[in-house]
Amino acid sequence: MSDLLQRTVLTRHLISNPSVLVFLGVLALVSIAVTILGEGFGIGVISTSFTKTLGKTLCLCMIAIAMDLVWGFCGILSLGHFAFFALGGYMIGMWMMFARTKMIVIEAARNNALPPSPTEISEAVGTQIFGVVGGAEIPAIWAFADLFWVQLAFVVLVPGLLAFVFGWLAFRSRVNGVYLSILTQAMTLALSLYLLQNDSGLRGNNGLSGLQNIPGFDHISQGTLSIIFFLVSALALAVTYIGAMAVVDSKLGNIVRGIRDDEARVRFLGYNVESYKLFIFVLTAVIAAVAGALYYPQAGIINPTELAPIASIYLAVWVAIGGRGRIYGAVIGAAFVSLLSSYFTGGQAPDIPLGFATIIWTDWWLVLLGLSFVVVTIYAPQGLGGLIDRFTVRGKE
Amino acid sequence: MSPGSPKFYGLNTVHKFIVAVLTSLCLLVLTPAIATASLQDLVQTNAKLITKSSSKTVGPVLDALQQYGGAEAERFLTDWQAKKLYFIKESGRFVLAEKAAKSADGKKQMLIRDAVTGAEIGLVSTKSIKQIKPNSGVRSKIAATLVPFQLGNPDPDIRETTLTTLLRDIQSSHLAPLKAAITNETVPALKVQMEKAYVFGMLAHGTDDAEVEQAIRGLAGDLSLDVRAALTPMLTSTVRVATTLPDDANLAREITPGRTIKRSDGSAARLSEFGGKDAELSVVTAYEMMVAAGLAPAFVTRAMRDEALIAATVDGKVGGYPTSGLDSDTARDAAYQQLVDRGVAPQLISDQARQQAVDNARFFAIYDNPSSLVTDAARDVLNAIQTKVTLYKYIDLLVDALSLASIYFLAAIGLAITFGVMRVINMAHGEFIMMGAYTGYVVQLFVPNYTLSIIIAVPAAFLVTFAAGVVMERLVIRHLYKRPLETLLATFGISIALQQIAKNIFGTQARPLTSPDWLDGAFAVNDVLAISNIRIAIFFLALLFLGLLLYVMKRTRFGLETRTVTQNPAMAASMGINPDRINMLTFGFGSGIAGIAGVAIGLYSKVTSELGADYIVQSFMTVVVGGVGNIWGTLAGAVMIGSLQKGIEWFNPSNTLAAQTYMIIFIILFIQFRPRGIIAQKGRAAEA
Repeated sequence: MSDLLQRTVLTRHLISNPSVLVFLGVLALVSIAVTILGEGFGIGVISTSFTKTLGKTLCLCMIAIAMDLVWGFCGILSLGHFAFFALGGYMIGMWMMFARTKMIVIEAARNNALPPSPTEISEAVGTQIFGVVGGAEIPAIWAFADLFWVQLAFVVLVPGLLAFVFGWLAFRSRVNGVYLSILTQAMTLALSLYLLQNDSGLRGNNGLSGLQNIPGFDHISQGTLSIIFFLVSALALAVTYIGAMAVVDSKLGNIVRGIRDDEARVRFLGYNVESYKLFIFVLTAVIAAVAGALYYPQAGIINPTELAPIASIYLAVWVAIGGRGRIYGAVIGAAFVSLLSSYFTGGQAPDIPLGFATIIWTDWWLVLLGLSFVVVTIYAPQGLGGLIDRFTVRGKE
Repeated sequence: MSPGSPKFYGLNTVHKFIVAVLTSLCLLVLTPAIATASLQDLVQTNAKLITKSSSKTVGPVLDALQQYGGAEAERFLTDWQAKKLYFIKESGRFVLAEKAAKSADGKKQMLIRDAVTGAEIGLVSTKSIKQIKPNSGVRSKIAATLVPFQLGNPDPDIRETTLTTLLRDIQSSHLAPLKAAITNETVPALKVQMEKAYVFGMLAHGTDDAEVEQAIRGLAGDLSLDVRAALTPMLTSTVRVATTLPDDANLAREITPGRTIKRSDGSAARLSEFGGKDAELSVVTAYEMMVAAGLAPAFVTRAMRDEALIAATVDGKVGGYPTSGLDSDTARDAAYQQLVDRGVAPQLISDQARQQAVDNARFFAIYDNPSSLVTDAARDVLNAIQTKVTLYKYIDLLVDALSLASIYFLAAIGLAITFGVMRVINMAHGEFIMMGAYTGYVVQLFVPNYTLSIIIAVPAAFLVTFAAGVVMERLVIRHLYKRPLETLLATFGISIALQQIAKNIFGTQARPLTSPDWLDGAFAVNDVLAISNIRIAIFFLALLFLGLLLYVMKRTRFGLETRTVTQNPAMAASMGINPDRINMLTFGFGSGIAGIAGVAIGLYSKVTSELGADYIVQSFMTVVVGGVGNIWGTLAGAVMIGSLQKGIEWFNPSNTLAAQTYMIIFIILFIQFRPRGIIAQKGRAAEA
């Protein structure tokens, strides 16, 4: 009975939000197209590197949804979500790097007179991984790096815990508005500076590398892996999207929106504002971390520059351009701006000769992005999503 | 002296004896004629050593000359050193030569004079004489020999240069003449220097322990580097191992391997719990020392054990163990034990056994100087100096913190107006700082005089950034006064654009903003504490800005209107103030001050397009921590952040990244307890 009820609730939810169906349909179509056109299973029109770019874009769409939830719906302009994203990447990267190095070490020791002992293996792995930062010992934080499921749990737990502690401290003392933004930015800066140190245990500014090779799957080609990662990313994005829509449409979603519009009034109505904010903050941090854990195996490398404060601000830029307060806006913004960015900074865009000077896009793209951002903030505060709304949801609200 | 000519050797000894007798005679009689004759004799006797000198063999003749003394010996040595000395090939007589006109038949000639008396001899053919060219080793030995002569020189300048040479490498033979020179010295400053040199000489070469001790105690409280450099070698020690402590040795410290560290005075201290320094002697090295001293059997390392196992492998088996099963240390140890039992390998020593052996032995260090009188004195003095040095290091830290605070204050003070007073989040503030610095750089391109260019750059930077601020306020910020979060994002867009434009114009490499000469250099208090002038200048600039800002905000019409508009624009407008105009000017003023700060920061560090971005987070934190809307708060925030960062760096000087990390974490926690900053605003304005 309850099963039936749930199904009807879900169905009703989907019917009342046709945008979810539209979104899922588009995502499915794109996935099928990429699979057919990609190198792994299909005809190979789309190169492996472009498949990876598309897969990474899906992960960025995921973190954009998280950003939209926390900023567009809850009003917290967090400049720290890229820190959670990178932390997720670091957590999965630790397992990938450790497990793979260990395999290589065992393979290399195959012809030794004596089979390698556990101490010899861990010493060799330590030298391989930490040689670049002048160490050979495996730091304590790598204690579980060999265990896939533990590291996978860490992807969720570590950023989640960080977000919980930070959020609890910040919301408890009623830090809000721009102060909270600056505080989250400071947190990101602190984390990136910490990771930059050689003795942080995460290889300093070298970061973790070789993540495109999945331990135990060396026999599968990169072309196939890229398609698999693309599909998994698409699935994760779909789940995130449905989940985010469910949160937004629930009673919780209404309260959260109420907090965004008038925090004091919601508090006076008897709601524990801090708990709601903390829930959204931690939830979005976890979404960001999962997105990061999917992103960095496709990128192949992660280092502390990834979580420089500027990255989180770009994230805010994507969401603002896409349109805050609407989940699909975040997705559109992230996909549109990040693909455009990689097009212009990748050097593929043709230079524009002006006679007296040539516009080289790699040099001027950031200027254009910065200024277009100013224009969007002032003249189109609803972003691209606002334009779509104007044509589709006329009459509603 | 070749061993094949013992006869010659004997002859030479006789000659030397005669020389010695003659020398003493001449000292007794002191008639110049005899003295000249005997010097002549002395140098001619040692002619071979002088003409074919090498730094190894020249010693005796130099000693003889030094003993002989007098102005003539000095002149002879000086000429020798300056390569002015020649000798006549036939007679071997030492002469001085200078070029003369060619003879009638066109041969080159030289005018020669006796090297000892200086009496003119006449013209000879260039080919008949030969120049003596001492190599650099010999010349430096001559220089050392000359020291006692020149210390008595009537020219104080020569005495001073000699003293400088002397301080570089003082020898035991210098001590007596130096002591004599001290009593005769008339210039007080030189006398002090000479006394110091004498003390150093005593430290290095003194033989009488009591005298050396006196000399060391005389150095108490002197902070200069050379004193510390002279005292430290007195306390060198050698680490030894034995079963019991020796009774008769001058013991420096007892060492517990893995537990104690060595202090600079040679004594031991316990290893700090907080890390920092490693133990002086690890258990592994300690055991190796025991092995070397024959106190313990050699340790079988894991690699040695594995080699023995591989060597003993027959048909994939070691004893009864198949090699494929030896994939852990326990399995390998068991297999190896078999080899030990068969008597073909040395016994394994477990880590516990090694620790036990090390614990049972005594490790200690013995001072290389056998006199405890001397080492005790040196240790006392060095420790007293060390305490003072530490004190000055704390003062240095304080100055460092203060100058960092000044820089943060300069970087944040513009924000104190735009963010603190107007509540506009300007993420492009850092780029205004950068613009100011680049303005200074451009001015220097046109004005080569550094002093003048700085004087021009300061108002120029103000004007440029003031204009930029006004334009930005008119075009962007004006539209967003009601939406602070969006101001943050829009100004961030501007920040990205400005940074990239700067990169496109000036390139990615750092541009120099050179400070004038009077800002280079440092104000040196002593050898420990030196404050660079630029830091002092930045400190005073920060003070000046504080005063200026307080004056403008509290004492001028403009400041009053600014505060009015911030508190209640509508009311201000009804009083006849134009809020638009005031907002524009205030924002421009704050931006302009950021530009001037940019010039100062550019002098201090390199100018790059990321200059401002490096300071933006710190600047915001400075304002927030200090308390928004209060200039004194900004000052307090800057002092707190600056001293905090330097304080954390003090604990771990090699790692400034860690210091910044911990500082930011501290600030995040601090905000929990004082969300409105150190100096919190009260009343209605606080809620805005």
